[in-house]
Amino acid sequence: MSETRNEQLAVLESMVRIRRVEERLAELFTQGNIPGFIHVSIGQEAVAAGVCSGLGPGDSVLTTHRGHGHAVAKGIELRRFMAEIYGRQNGFCKGRGGSMHVADRNVGVVGANGIVGGGLPIALGTALASQYRGEKTVTVCFFGDGASNEGTFHEALNIAALWSLPVVFCCENNSWAQFTPQSSYMKVTSVAQRAAGYGMPGTCVDGSDVTQVRAAAREAVERARSGGGPTLLECKVLRWQGHYVGDAQKYRAPDDVKEARTHDPIRSYAEVLGAAKVLEPGDLEKIEQCVKAEIDDAVAFAAASPMADPADLLTDVYA
Amino acid sequence: MPTLNIIQAVNDALRQEMRRDPTVVILGEDVGKFGGVFRASQGLQEEFGKDRVIDTPLAESGVIGTAVGMALYGLRPVPEIQFADFIFPAMDQIVSEVAKFRYRSGGQYTCPMVIRTPYGGGIRGGHYHSQSPEAHFIHTAGLKVVVPSNPHDAKGLLTSAIRDPDPVLFFEPKRMYRAARGEVPDGEVVVPIGKARVTREGRHVTLIAWGAMWHEADQAAREAADLGIECEVLDLRTLQPLDIDAIVESVQKTGRAVVVHEAPRTCGFGAEISALIQERCFLHLEAPVARVTGFDTPFPYTLESEYLPRAPRILKAVREVMAF
Repeated sequence: MSETRNEQLAVLESMVRIRRVEERLAELFTQGNIPGFIHVSIGQEAVAAGVCSGLGPGDSVLTTHRGHGHAVAKGIELRRFMAEIYGRQNGFCKGRGGSMHVADRNVGVVGANGIVGGGLPIALGTALASQYRGEKTVTVCFFGDGASNEGTFHEALNIAALWSLPVVFCCENNSWAQFTPQSSYMKVTSVAQRAAGYGMPGTCVDGSDVTQVRAAAREAVERARSGGGPTLLECKVLRWQGHYVGDAQKYRAPDDVKEARTHDPIRSYAEVLGAAKVLEPGDLEKIEQCVKAEIDDAVAFAAASPMADPADLLTDVYA
Repeated sequence: MPTLNIIQAVNDALRQEMRRDPTVVILGEDVGKFGGVFRASQGLQEEFGKDRVIDTPLAESGVIGTAVGMALYGLRPVPEIQFADFIFPAMDQIVSEVAKFRYRSGGQYTCPMVIRTPYGGGIRGGHYHSQSPEAHFIHTAGLKVVVPSNPHDAKGLLTSAIRDPDPVLFFEPKRMYRAARGEVPDGEVVVPIGKARVTREGRHVTLIAWGAMWHEADQAAREAADLGIECEVLDLRTLQPLDIDAIVESVQKTGRAVVVHEAPRTCGFGAEISALIQERCFLHLEAPVARVTGFDTPFPYTLESEYLPRAPRILKAVREVMAF
């Protein structure tokens, strides 16, 4: 399938947006402007941007504690996104959710989740509801390699395959579960291998290569949308930073971090587009300027927003 | 008016609500073709099809998680957990997702569903077919908890629960499934959530119970009457939200209260009720609030008659509060 220049530039822009949003979040967090803690996906942007580029507004996304990228790529409004992470009243969740629980029903961001593997079975239900109504929407459930060892992974993949649900299980494998390397918590080297045990297709791609991610995601989304059932899509990525912002990563060999940073999905895609004359001189700068203006605006909005209202403490527990 | 048992009443409510509302979908282990291990959904798959009465794998977390996603997108799932003892594998989904979605999404998403589950001892079920885990869910903000004691309330409360905008844990007293029989109207029966019922009036002691234990409390009240002690019996019916006004009204009249439940004593719901009574009725109390409960042990197999608070143990507590 040939892509238009605009589609390719939009994917590049999406990755740049995620990168700059998270860099800003890390900076604001370090300065003490954001409460709690922050998990960034810097270096992993190709997965969010690549997968979400093939989704429509009616499609649903469930994400994780490291979920800013997925929400941003799915089109969440940056102002209220930022206000939520700031814990402010006009954040998407009235400042109750914060970084790990951002949700925006309008664009199908069902929610980030602080429980590892918590979103996997929920994806079954959003997909089933779509199937029940005869809609053609799909659900993408992002999760990590660590979550693939949770019981919910097993239950969800078995049920999704059994019922041919329109789901894409997208494992963003950065090879670290918090502070533990993958070789210490699973025997197989690829999460996608596990798909065979459920009778669903499993694919593993280089998650730093957005072209590969897009192609694999397009196939999986198309399969789901056309009634062909779920796919386990594993995207192998490299975590540039620690588990959380401020994690000194002393448990990781310095060369490992250095090596990770040589895999830059944004730089490599820009090079590909440059070589193909899709990206012309000045284009990337324009994207950067545009993204910076959006982020500046969102941060200003969040910072000027009222703090969460104590009167709201007791609301929304029940109808 | 037909006479039904609790299972038939549950089945009746499910059927009527599914006819009324096409978004109501049942799912669970053996609920479809088999009709449920206790037959609560018998005949429903034949009438409504496999898309609305869904047989699932043995995967409680998967079942409840599926229900969460369905509820977020406009369906009214009624998942069945075959025995309340099997609810623990789904605990994360219930506590972290079902209960909190409305709050944590700032009201963007809601999670209306009814988790039906048979609970309680007295059927020689042993450790894991006998427990009464209601307190865990009452303790979790965002959930409602309902426990009917009789067929009429089972139908009326289940109807209300399915129509409720919030998630409801619906505990069915399995020992009374066929033992409790009563008249239940054919058509729509609605019993509001959050309202207790005074099933027997009395001026000496208030007996507070729910589900299967209501029957024991009622029996104890009859026996107390022979001794000249007039018990007022309250069937709470809903534990969350609790009808505290009904409790206060009764205890202010009697000055004495005995709370009965099957679950272990420590941090059982009786502890909360006792605290609420002393907060609100302190100057009316003639005796400390008594609790007649299960013991702080795992649920026993052969000794379940000793474990369960049967009428003689309740009567003993009634006499003690009278003698205080």
